[in-house]
Amino acid sequence: MKNEKLYNSGVLTELCKGAVLPPKELWENKKGGLVIIECPQRIPCNPCHTSCPTGAVVEFKDINDQPEIDYEKCTGCGMCVAKCPGLACFVIDLTFSEDKALLKLPYELTPMPEKKDKVWCLNRVGEVVTEGTVENITEPFKDSTKVLHVSIDKSFVDQVRSVRVVK
Amino acid sequence: MQLIKSHPILEFSHGKIVKFSFDGKDMKGFEGEPIAMALHANGVHIYRITPEMKRPRGFFCAIGKCSSCFMVVDGVPNVRTCVTPLNEGMKVETQTGKGTVPLNMEVGNNE
Amino acid sequence: MSEIKKTDILIVGGGAAGLSAAAEAASYGAKITVLESDLHLGGQLVKQTHKFFGSKDEHAGTRGYKIADIILKEIEDNKENVEVHTNTAAVGFYKNDGIVTAMSGEESYFKLQPKKILMATGAQERIIPFPNNDLPGVYGAGAVQTLMNVYGVVPGKKVLMVGAGNIGLIVSYQLMQAGVEIAAVLEALPKIGGYWVHAAKIRRLGVPILLRHTIKAALGKDVVEGAVIQELNDKFQLIGEPKKIDCDVICLAVGLTPTNEMLWQAGCEMKFVSQLCGHVPVRDAKLRTSHPDFWVAGDAAGIEEASAAMIEGRIAGLAMSEALGLKIQQENYGIYQERLDSLRRGEAGEKIRCGLGMAQITDWGNK
Repeated sequence: MKNEKLYNSGVLTELCKGAVLPPKELWENKKGGLVIIECPQRIPCNPCHTSCPTGAVVEFKDINDQPEIDYEKCTGCGMCVAKCPGLACFVIDLTFSEDKALLKLPYELTPMPEKKDKVWCLNRVGEVVTEGTVENITEPFKDSTKVLHVSIDKSFVDQVRSVRVVK
Repeated sequence: MQLIKSHPILEFSHGKIVKFSFDGKDMKGFEGEPIAMALHANGVHIYRITPEMKRPRGFFCAIGKCSSCFMVVDGVPNVRTCVTPLNEGMKVETQTGKGTVPLNMEVGNNE
Repeated sequence: MSEIKKTDILIVGGGAAGLSAAAEAASYGAKITVLESDLHLGGQLVKQTHKFFGSKDEHAGTRGYKIADIILKEIEDNKENVEVHTNTAAVGFYKNDGIVTAMSGEESYFKLQPKKILMATGAQERIIPFPNNDLPGVYGAGAVQTLMNVYGVVPGKKVLMVGAGNIGLIVSYQLMQAGVEIAAVLEALPKIGGYWVHAAKIRRLGVPILLRHTIKAALGKDVVEGAVIQELNDKFQLIGEPKKIDCDVICLAVGLTPTNEMLWQAGCEMKFVSQLCGHVPVRDAKLRTSHPDFWVAGDAAGIEEASAAMIEGRIAGLAMSEALGLKIQQENYGIYQERLDSLRRGEAGEKIRCGLGMAQITDWGNK
C-alpha cells in the first residue's frame, strides 16, 4: 500500500472504505451538506448508526461493520459528528457561499472559540493549511462534545479535519 | 497548587482544604484525596530514597500496587501514599531506606 | 477473635466488572460485599473522559466516567443488598476454612466468610527496562489518568508517551484535553496497536506517532528531564542515531497484566496465555474457575477492555446467583453471551478469541 507507514500511524492516505467522498452530483447543491466518516477499521462500534435520525448511516449487520452511508438520506444534521466516540464523522456543506464551504467538526478541547473567531485549520497530520471562521457552535447531546461550524475556502475541504483555537 | 484550570469535559469537585507538612514545610491539599496527589499538586515529585542504590522514587502506579510511593506518614513508614487519604495536620516525610517502625505507637484496631 | 463477616457473594474489585456483577446479583436478592482497594468505586471507568465504543447495551457513545454513575445508580436501587468497603483490599484466602482476610487502610484487618467469590481485580501496568526507568516522572498511564482525570492535578508540562495501544492513544488525547503537550508517541511495532480512530484524533492535532521507535533512556538526575529515543529495524534492533526528546513526564502505556494472586492462593487452575497478557484462570463460559466457589471477570480473566468487562461481570453475577439457588433470568445468559461475542467478532477481537480458545473450557463436569 502506498504510504502504508502513514496509514499505520493513524493518517488517511487514500480513499479507502469508510472515507469515500460523497458523489459530486448529490453533494454540490446539498443544503446542510453531507457526512464523511473516516473509519477504515473494523471495530465494535455503531453509535453513528444509532444516532442518525434519518437512517442515512445504514443499519449494521454486525457491530464491527464499517459505516455505510446512504447519501440520499443524509441531511448533514451532524448528530453523528457529536456522537462518534472516535471523532471520525465530519459534515461538509458546499453550499455555504460561492467560494466557501462549511465544515462541521467535533471539538472537545480548550479554549472554546466564539462565533466569528478566526481559527487555524489543520490537516490530518496537524499542519495548518488555511484559516477558517467559526460560524456557529452547537452541542447536540449536551454532553460537552461541541460541533464547530467553520467556514473555509472550498479548495481545502478534502484536507481540513481539525482546528486549533488560539486565544 | 498545580491544578487543571479549565477542562473541556470534566468538572472537578474538591473537598475541604487542609494543611499538612512535607519534610517540615507547610503545604495545602484537599481532605480525603490521596497524599501522593496532594504532593504532586504542590510540585513534590520525590517521595522516597531507595535502601540500596539510594535512588529517588516518585509515584508510579497510583493504585496501591507498586510500592514506589512509600513514605513516612505520622511516623509510620511504608505508607502507600497513592491510596492513603490526606487529613488535617498530617506529617508527611520522605522515606529514606526501609523505614523503622516506631515501637511506642498505638497500634490500629487489630484485635 | 474478631467477628467474621458472612456474605453470600464477595466481589473483590469495584470497577467495570465488579460493579456490573454487583448490580446483576443484587437484582436477584443476593447479599453482596464489595471490596475496593481505591478510595472510591468505579475502577478505570472513572478515569475515562472519552465516549465508549460498542453498542447501546454497553452505553456506547457515553463517556466512561458517566457509565460508572449509571451502574452505581443501578446498584442504588438494591442498596440494602450491597455493602461496600473502599480503601480495602483482599489480602489472603485460606483453602482450609474458606475465609478471606481484608485489609482496610494500612493497618486494620478483618475477616470474611463468603459463599461465592468473584475476582474482579483488574490489571496492573507493565514496565519496560531502560536506564533510569525508576526516576520520578516515569509514570504508568493509569497513574497519569488518576492524577489528571480524578484529582485534577496537572501531570507535567510535556509528556513522552511510550506505547500506541488504545491506552497510550487515549491517554495522549486526554492529556491534550488537560492542556498538556505531547512530545511524541512511541510504538515499537510497525503499526499502532489501538483503534485507528484514536490515533487519527491525535495525529490531526499534530502529535507525532513514531512507529518502530523505542525509548533508550530517561534523562535526569533526581527527576525526569528528558528522554533518548531511537529507531528500530524489523528485528527490533536499534538503528540510526539516538535522538533527545524534551519532556518532564515519560508515560508508560506498554501493556497490562492480569491481577489475580488470590486465585493462585485458592488453588485455581491457572494457565499462561500470551493473548490474554499473562497467567489467567481456566474458566467455563459462565466464568467459573476450577474452584467451585471462585468466579472471575474483567481484566483479571485476561486483558480486554471495559465494555467486555461489564458484560463478563453480568454473566458472573448471574452465574453466582444461580449457584446460590436464587431464581434468575435464565435468558440473560444468551443475551449477554451474544453481546460479548459481537464485541469480539472484529479485527480487534481476534487476539481475545484466540486467547479464550486456550483459557476456556466447556464445563467442569463434577469438579
